[in-house]
Order: sequence, then structure tokens, then C-alpha cells
Amino acid sequence: MRFGSIIKVAIRALLRNTMRSILTALGIIIGVGAVIAMVSIGNGAKAQVEAQVASLGQNVITVFSGSMSSGGMRGGWGSAPTLTIEDAEAIEREVTGIVGVSPEVRDRNQVLANGLNWNTSVNGESPSYPDIRSWKIANGAMFSEQDVRSVAKVCVIGKTVADQLFANSDPVGQTLRIRNIPFKILGVLDAKGFNLFGQDQDDTVIVPYTSHMKRLSRRTNISSILIQAASAEVIDKVQKDITEVLTQRRKGREPDFTVRNQVELAQTATATTQTMTLLLAAIASVSLLVGGIGIMNIMLVSVTERTREIGIRLAIGAHGSDVLMQFLIEATILSSLGGVIGILLGIGSSQLVSHLNGWPVLVSTASVVIAFVFSAAVGMFFGFYPARKAAQLDPIDALRYE
Amino acid sequence: MPPVVKIEEIHKIYDSGEIPVHAVRGVTLEIQRGDFVALMGASGSGKSTLMNLLGCLDRPTRGRYLLDGIDVSQLDRNALADIRNQKLGFVFQGFNLLARTTALENVELPMLYGARKFTTKQIRERAMHCLDIVGLSQRFDHFPSQLSGGQQQRVAIARALVNEPQVLLADEPTGNLDTRTSAEVMGVFQKLNDEGITIVMVTHELDIAHFCKRNLILRDGVMVRDEAVSNRSFAASELEKLSSAEAAAKLTGAKS
Ligand SMILES: Nc1ncnc2c1ncn2[C@@H]1O[C@H](COP(=O)(O)OP(=O)(O)O)[C@@H](O)[C@H]1O
Ligand SMILES: [Mg+2]
Repeated sequence: MRFGSIIKVAIRALLRNTMRSILTALGIIIGVGAVIAMVSIGNGAKAQVEAQVASLGQNVITVFSGSMSSGGMRGGWGSAPTLTIEDAEAIEREVTGIVGVSPEVRDRNQVLANGLNWNTSVNGESPSYPDIRSWKIANGAMFSEQDVRSVAKVCVIGKTVADQLFANSDPVGQTLRIRNIPFKILGVLDAKGFNLFGQDQDDTVIVPYTSHMKRLSRRTNISSILIQAASAEVIDKVQKDITEVLTQRRKGREPDFTVRNQVELAQTATATTQTMTLLLAAIASVSLLVGGIGIMNIMLVSVTERTREIGIRLAIGAHGSDVLMQFLIEATILSSLGGVIGILLGIGSSQLVSHLNGWPVLVSTASVVIAFVFSAAVGMFFGFYPARKAAQLDPIDALRYE
Repeated sequence: MPPVVKIEEIHKIYDSGEIPVHAVRGVTLEIQRGDFVALMGASGSGKSTLMNLLGCLDRPTRGRYLLDGIDVSQLDRNALADIRNQKLGFVFQGFNLLARTTALENVELPMLYGARKFTTKQIRERAMHCLDIVGLSQRFDHFPSQLSGGQQQRVAIARALVNEPQVLLADEPTGNLDTRTSAEVMGVFQKLNDEGITIVMVTHELDIAHFCKRNLILRDGVMVRDEAVSNRSFAASELEKLSSAEAAAKLTGAKS
């Protein structure tokens, strides 16, 4: 029998029981819809995290205080600062393949300007900090090495701080008071948005790390060290060398630092969303499986109901393979149509979720294609047994069937 | 000319149940082209079993069957399906039309399964022609549920004709019909036979068998009689007789 005729026969059979066909396809519709929605939401979350990780800068390696050895995270990253300026200097001196190093000291402080005050994070960094983080100065300039050496009272400020304190004027050249010490504003950073942990990265004031340690926090330790490797290829080697340098400097004491690169950070940050996505997709796949079993069930009923029809077809010359194809195509049309509707439903519902909850969603072409192919395959797989049962009927028995 | 159907010492034993049933016990038979045969016998005498063998729906347990010169007793499932499609036409007692499928589509069906490829237009034209032969071309778009029993049987005959078979096989084609529609269906058969089609049909009604040219009688799986019909009935005159009888019944009805 020609393929076109088989498809026509299959569609006609499905239309004969429109309501039943819709209900049967509903299992697949819900399954595919759920998979698409879950994967879209998961992909959206992942894409957001990746964008945030990218906003950390290119090829960035971070050294945190505190270790993550076998005992687990001791004290937490940066919580009990044990790194020193000397550590940072040693890294800069001894490790090759580095384009920038910035010792970091972090703090929160009340800052004053224009008679307004604002609580913000005040961080000590080196002049390479904007380059390391791929963070442009929108207005003015970054402080210099000279400012670091001279423990200068200068700073650059983030967009949020600029908006809060200098709503109507250009902050560059004006003075900002931190702990009542006047700092001259040299520049304003570009807007960068929120980081991985939902913090506003633009809500910050950056001063030379020496000024932070000697004038503000009066600490002798630094919180962390930011290092930029020259390229993605050398990042592993640089990371290893940093670990080696720091370990040597500790002369056999238990390591009190953790070296992480950007990729690892991204993995940590995306691990949970990925696990969630997988879990949700797995649950959704189960409903797809249930949909497939629904198709098998209805096809079996259909074969039994249409035993006489099969008998007639066989008697007038249909081959077993013609009957097999007819039922297989019926099941496949049912499931792939359900797949198409499910895909539309999944896209629609993920857009709705995005609209209502403000979650980022990302409908990938791959997930749509895979969902369609998979739903068609479900129909073929679960339709095969009933179709084969139909094809193997004996024409006389089938004709005699009441 | 060689016979279109030639069976030699054919046996059929059903051994699916507890005791094997020997339904056909050594039947030998030749049917020439253009013959019109009625197969008769009591219920359970093996008529349907023999028809299924002749129709290549079933294989004989023993014996040889030459259909149009081809030995079909050893063919496989698909080859038998092709023989049924190309060389045979079936008419069943229960009509066996596809429900919710128009008369025309029912008639087209055998052409869809054939090895020969036709265009949709050719299929449609041929099916319409066959509906025309049985006098139902105006009802081509009716569903079986919208047709009377006699009309359904005529659609079934059109379906049996569509692939231009060598032999038309009918198992009790008038079994579900009243006297008048039976005569009408037999009229269609006679017309087809006059045009040269070989017909083999099963019936247990003697007056139906009289429309045929040759009567065979089967008893317990054995052919006990094979004779030509001497006082053959013809559908046109039988229908006329029926009409006048009905008119008479109405007249008497009106008088009383
Ligand atoms: N599929 C079958 N399995 C077992 N026995 C059968 C089968 N079909 C028919 N028979 C038996 O074979 C004999 C002949 O049946 P059948 O050919 O249908 O007779 P008829 O059509 O003349 O009434 C009967 O005894 C019947 O019970
Ligand atoms: Mg019978």
C-alpha cells in the first residue's frame, strides 16, 4: 500500500474517534509540555548564572582565605582572613602567565557626601581590578599604582552609590567621606548589575587596598586575591602554580586558603540549578512514559475493536506489514501531534511563568526538536506491540470475530 | 482452455480443539471459466471451509489447489494475500463493509492494497464504474449504515469486482436478505456471469441455487453430487413473479 494511502487511512481512523484521540494524546501533551516548561525554566536559570559568572571577568582565579580540604569548609571563604599582602606579592612575582593581581579587602561602611549618607560595601583593590573584572570606568579614571604606594585617599564608586549620593551632579572630583575621612572620587564605574548571589555589584566604593588597610579597616590580612590569567589555556597551570607558591610560603602548615577558577565557580553555582532541572525533567519524562502507556492501551483497545476491519483488509489482500504500518502510523500521528501541542503548551506556560514570576526562561531549539522526536518515538515504541498484534491476526479468525 | 479452479483430493483438518475435526475429506473439483456454481449442503458440512480454501484464506492440510494454473497450496502468507487481491473477489454473508467509510471508499480498498500502482483518479474512476455495474453509483457517498442490506451487499460485490478477479467467491451472500433483495443480488450475479465472470457461491436455499448453472452438494466434507441446473431461474422473471404476487396480495388486501 502506498504511504500516502496509509496515512490517509490512519488519519481517518483517528478522526472517527476524535474525542478518544484527543484524550489519548493528552497524556503526551502534558508530558511534553511539562518537559519543555521545566527544561526552559532550568535553561533560563542556567543562562542567567552563566551570564553572572561571565561578569566576574575573563580567566579569573580567586584565592580565598580558609580551606576546603577533607574537613569541609573551615571557617568559610574569606571569613577568617589569613592571606597577606606578601602572599599576593609572591604570586605576582613568582607565577608566570598572569596579567593582573588584586589583593582584596572587603568591608561595609557608612559613606557620606552632599549631606546624604549611604551604607555600602567599601573594598580595597589594586589598580588592575577593573581590567581583571572587565569593568569599564564610565566617567573619570581608576586610581594608580602611585596612589596605592602613597596610601592615597582616593576612590572610584559604583553606579548605585553615584545615583544615591550624587543624583544631580557629576561625582568625579567631589569628595566622599568614609569613617569621616575624605576620599576624592576619581571615577565612576559602569553599571554591572547583580552577581551570582543576588547582590548589587554597583553598590560599592573601591579604594586602594593600602588605604583600606591602613586608614579604614586597620587590618593586616586581606580577604582574597583576584588573579587574571593570560588566557584560558594557561588557567589550570596558573592555578596550580599559585597553590604551590602559597603552600611553600606556609612551610608545611595546613593550607588555609582555597584557589578557585571561574569555571569551577560557575559549576558550583550552576550545580544546583542543573540538578533541579534534571530532577524536574525526569519527573516530566515519567509523565511522558505514562502518556506512552496510555497510547498503547488505547491502541490495544482499538485493535480489538477493529478486529473485523483488520480481517476485511487482510481478506482483500492487505499484507501483515500494511496493517502493521497502519496502526504504527496511527500511534505515531497521535503521539507526535500530542508532541507538537505539548511543545506549544510548554513554551506558552514557561512564558507565562516568566511573565508572572520574572524568572528567566530559555526555550532552546534543541529541547523542542528532542521533545518532538521523542514523542514520535514514544508513539512508535508503544504502538508497536498493538500494531504487531493486529498484523499477526489470522484473516478468517478476524472476520469471524464478533 | 484449462480450468480456472482445479482441486485434487483436498483435505482440511482442524486440530486446534481437543479432537481434530476433519472438515473437508478429499474433494476433487474442476471449475471452468464462465461457470456459475452453487455449493450446497447442511450446516457443518464443510461449505465455508471449502470456500476458505478456494479463497486462499486458508491452506489445505493435504491436496493440491491450482488457481488459474498456479499451485497455491504451498504459498506463504503474503503471496496468498496478493493472490486474494489480484485473482479473487469476496462477498460475505455479513457484507463486511468498513463502517463509517463511504460506499466508494469501500470499493476502492482492494486497489489500495494491490501490487499495481494506480493514481487516485484511476482508483476513483474504476470504483465508480464498479458501483455503476451494481447500480449504486448515485449512492457512492453513502455510509453502510445509510444503505439497506441489499444495497450493502451490492457495494460488497462492487468491491469484489474492482480488481477484475478471475473468480468471484460468495459465502451465503443472500443469507441475510429477504426474497426480493436476494433475487436482486442474484440478478447482479447473473449479469456479471453473462459478462464472463466465474462465480462460486455457497447457499443452503434451493431456489437461490437454481439461479446458478451448476450445483454441488457437500455432505460431511465429501462431495456427494455435482449436476447442471436444468430448470434455471432468471432474476428478471423471478422479480416479475414476485411483483405480481405482491400486487395480488395487495389486491386481496384491498378487497377484504
Ligand atoms: N476454525 C475451526 N476450528 C475447528 N473446527 C472448525 C473450524 N471451522 C469450522 N470447523 C468445523 O468444521 C466443520 C465444517 O464447518 P463449516 O465449514 O463452517 O461448515 P458450513 O459452512 O457448511 O456450515 C464443522 O464441524 C465445524 O465445527
Ligand atoms: Mg458456513
